Amino acid sequence: MTAKTLFEKIWDEHVVYQESGQPTLLYIDLHLIHEVTSPQAFEGLRTAGRKVRAPERTFGTLDHNVPTTDRTLPISDPESAAQVEAMQRNCPEFGIPLFALGAREQGIVHVIGPELGLTQPGMTIVCGDSHTSTHGAFGALAFGVGTSEVEHVLATQCLWQVKPKTLEIWVEGRLGPGVTAKDLILGIIGKIKTDGATGHAIEYRGPTISALSMEERMTVCNMSIEAGARAGMVSPDEKTVDYLRGRRYAPQGAAFERAAQRWLSFGTDPGARFDSSHRFQAEQFAPQVTWGTNPAMVVEVTGKVPDPKTMPDEASRAAAARALEYMGLTAGTPITEVKVDRVFIGSCTNSRLSDLKAAAAVARGRNVARGVHAMVVPGSQQVKAEAEALGLDRIFKEAGFEWRESGCSMCLGMNPDILKPQERCASTSNRNFEGRQGPGGRTHLVSPAMAAAAAVEGHFVDLRELDVKPLG
Amino acid sequence: MRAFRNFTGLVAPLDKNNVDTDQIIPKQFLKAVVRTGLGAGLFFSWRFGADGAEIPDFVLNQARYRGASILVAGANFGCGSSREHAVWALDDYGFRAVIAPSFADIFRNNCLKNGFLPVALEASVVRRIMDGAIEREGYRLAIDLEGQVVADEHGLRESFGIEPFYKQRLLEGLDDIGLTLAHSKEIEAYERAHPSPYPTP
Repeated sequence: MTAKTLFEKIWDEHVVYQESGQPTLLYIDLHLIHEVTSPQAFEGLRTAGRKVRAPERTFGTLDHNVPTTDRTLPISDPESAAQVEAMQRNCPEFGIPLFALGAREQGIVHVIGPELGLTQPGMTIVCGDSHTSTHGAFGALAFGVGTSEVEHVLATQCLWQVKPKTLEIWVEGRLGPGVTAKDLILGIIGKIKTDGATGHAIEYRGPTISALSMEERMTVCNMSIEAGARAGMVSPDEKTVDYLRGRRYAPQGAAFERAAQRWLSFGTDPGARFDSSHRFQAEQFAPQVTWGTNPAMVVEVTGKVPDPKTMPDEASRAAAARALEYMGLTAGTPITEVKVDRVFIGSCTNSRLSDLKAAAAVARGRNVARGVHAMVVPGSQQVKAEAEALGLDRIFKEAGFEWRESGCSMCLGMNPDILKPQERCASTSNRNFEGRQGPGGRTHLVSPAMAAAAAVEGHFVDLRELDVKPLG
Repeated sequence: MRAFRNFTGLVAPLDKNNVDTDQIIPKQFLKAVVRTGLGAGLFFSWRFGADGAEIPDFVLNQARYRGASILVAGANFGCGSSREHAVWALDDYGFRAVIAPSFADIFRNNCLKNGFLPVALEASVVRRIMDGAIEREGYRLAIDLEGQVVADEHGLRESFGIEPFYKQRLLEGLDDIGLTLAHSKEIEAYERAHPSPYPTP
């Protein structure tokens, strides 16, 4: 039998209909929906008199625009309130479970999918959100779609897809102290650039990837889209199985053991071929800080704001010059001299328990620097509860961080959590595009520990120079 | 879906690579529950200053590009968020096609679902079109989807690629869902062989 990749195994198993030379009609196992990209899709269904084909495979949450402050108060922004109300009307009308505000399952769609055991190896998973690639950490084929495709999946549970190419990203060696999964993926994007994986499904492989925890793998897969990838995935292994055991929507008892055997069979076979491949050595990566307005504009914390003149071509020189102007930075400034006004710890990239623990280890016994406003937004109510059980909320609050309710929050600033013009933010999110966190706001992407370090020092700092003891 | 066959229109040049969907339509315009009216938010932070006044330098604010219906831009156009609002905004503003050396996957898919044509051409050809739009006032392009050709009045004539499947759907303005439901038998057969993995509520 031919050796196959994880991607090929999942793809082949989900073909509903295929004509030669045409896109494939692919079955979708799990459809996650949220309030911002679904209302027009439901409206389309209603207009055409269509039903949701598989409500038992469809799950909704409220995350993108919800406030992270007191949830007992009404939503003050009328447009956000209208989107939330639309979701609360649409889901029951079409028979879809909704994890609404106040539910213990509520949270960022890419945090709760894995947490509830909805995300399982070998599945096809879509959501009207580009960071759906996160779920690929479980050995699923997971990708973001637009609202027309949301409507299409609601109506048919299928999608027409042109088969992407496969890209192997092989990493070996050991990540140094203070160098996290976030630094790894930022470093990789810095090298392959924002369109380096366009048209491809990435599989992250190699000893370094195997050594990552499930939460770290989610951080890596999450940012695949920032390299343009259709999806990012990791072959399932015992860690994947262990993570899912006992989760609410995972199979239970003997059925779980049978499922686990099946899940493990999806892993890429030895000798399977990829359309292309990149190889990296883990030791080459240091803690990363973005300096510009896309995630590939990144340097090591020990580096300096680059000089546009050193860029290889006219287009990148112009883009870098524009980015420095927008970011209010001067070429040659050491990164550690860049001061921050705000710190955001959260988002589908870095708001899980291990992320909050890493940030709390830095915050413990320290204080947020004068003039800095720092907030921690857990990815879900479950993460929040687990963090509180460990006392992380107390560590953060004592250090002067705000401790909030779960949601997407300042990653995209659709709720009241936004930067003011020219405010500079150390953020654990995934995009530093112009205005992403608020019009005129300046975003620097970093790991949770690096964000916490910037909060307490008031400027970027090489985390490795701080005396940080991990939490027990 | 609206059909796309032939189209001729004024070209506006947006000479930047990596134009992301946060720039095309910023987050404050994503709170709509309808698909219409998003043109007002198109390139909002580039079109308007903090005081709400137009920024005169921005290409779409220049008199000579008013009424442009074809946008020519740099590589990796539409990267970032999956928001289909980006296509709805371009369309609502009056654009019918974008020409670029390359597109982000999700954005391109979203275009094809809305009768909006993403035309990928060699970087050198895009450069010629960009220069044409910058140097010649009233520079227009004709796009013929049937023949897969882009042409101007100054000798440029270039063919572009598109999957036959998407081309047919655009030409005929076909409704994707209707076509898929014609495969209901295959979908039912698949579902019988692959029951839902989740406990039934």
